[in-house]
Amino acid sequence: MLKTRVIPTLLMREVNLVKGPAFDSWRAVGAPMQSVKVFNRRDVDELILLDIAATPAGRGPDIDMVATLAQECFVPLTVGGGITRLEHIRQLLLVGADKVSINSAAYCDPALVTSASDAYGAQCIVAAIDYRTHADGRRECFTRCGTEATGRDPVEWAQELERLGAGEVQVTSIERDSLMEGYDLQTIADVSAAVSIPVIASGGAGNYVHMEEAVKAGASAVSAASIYLFTQATPLEAKAHLAAAGIPVRSHYQG
Amino acid sequence: MTVLIVDYGMGNIASARRAIEECGGRALVSDDPADIKVADRIVVPGVGAFPQAMGRLREGGWVDALRSAVHDDGLPLLGVCLGMQLLADESDEVAKTQGLGLIPGRIERILPVDASERVPHVGWNEVRHRDGALFDGIPSGADFYFVHSFRFVPASHDNILATTPYARETVSAVGSGRVAGVQFHPEKSSRAGFRLLKNFLAL
Repeated sequence: MLKTRVIPTLLMREVNLVKGPAFDSWRAVGAPMQSVKVFNRRDVDELILLDIAATPAGRGPDIDMVATLAQECFVPLTVGGGITRLEHIRQLLLVGADKVSINSAAYCDPALVTSASDAYGAQCIVAAIDYRTHADGRRECFTRCGTEATGRDPVEWAQELERLGAGEVQVTSIERDSLMEGYDLQTIADVSAAVSIPVIASGGAGNYVHMEEAVKAGASAVSAASIYLFTQATPLEAKAHLAAAGIPVRSHYQG
Repeated sequence: MTVLIVDYGMGNIASARRAIEECGGRALVSDDPADIKVADRIVVPGVGAFPQAMGRLREGGWVDALRSAVHDDGLPLLGVCLGMQLLADESDEVAKTQGLGLIPGRIERILPVDASERVPHVGWNEVRHRDGALFDGIPSGADFYFVHSFRFVPASHDNILATTPYARETVSAVGSGRVAGVQFHPEKSSRAGFRLLKNFLAL
């Protein structure tokens, strides 16, 4: 049986790891290499590394940095931030990324998702969706690190991304991100029902029950950042909780 | 122990190299089939689509070189993920394409049993193996990391080394003589993956 993945997300800006509530007031939280090593040693299911400074700065992915970090990562590594061209993807996969995450570029160049999927296979193309929920309940995707409205509905956009060739979709509630009050379960359920590719829940995990809720809402994986940075929580404990709740998680072979 | 990693421009070469080195092998990443003569083992990695991969292998002169390395020189060869699928006779991915033909079988898209099973098959899943050198010391049912939309359908049960419970049953390892293929990524499967790679080096 396929196991539910528990995925720490590392958000990088320049050489720092950062975290900030609702995509705002970022602060440095440590050197990324140290985190990659620790999560690798803890044998996490997967790691997502997002360079949040790349797109706002108008630059591509920092290939050298990814190459350095990937050297220490023997678990699956998804890399995102600043990807606008097929060449970026080729280089990232070459230096050790297993999957790439495309967000902003998909809005202005949807064909990139398709050409990337055709060239490298849908399985290594993760589409990331950041959205906000307006006061009237309407949901809207935002691009460029949550700064620009797109007019798109996240559920419809997820379907479109699947049609374009994405192999997974990571859905992040901007308002809930970093607040640790729980995921947006309604949207996770809506997106999961609307697409047939795996959905990665993102934004808001504050405890293990939140993760269990997201899986029960339909997520194939639960990603989180703050909970691992600011609390005693660990991915291993999260999985123990999920297992106790009857959710299949990966067993750890010790060799 | 020199392990030639076939570089045809589409693999997760860096991960494969690091894992081989971590397991005690000397990794030789090569885009030149002539390097096979200094190799003790061959790894065909792969992330991508089947037709492009076969096109690149053909252009690079690898197709006959790999067949000869296996059939004439008896070099142990391990195909990983797409590299495993390339061992088959043909694939339906995008367009019908001929494979390396090292293990009889064909590649077809995963057909989920119901909506709870998603494609691609991404994540950690159980590998139930017949005991064999490649899985030495690894309990049957250990979890490995998968990420794929297509799967290997061997012509003969004799070539099945392991299966995984997904979309009814998905073949997760195949073998024939000294050629083997694994659908999962040992280089990204942490300790269990390293054990399998060490087993391959020890074949």
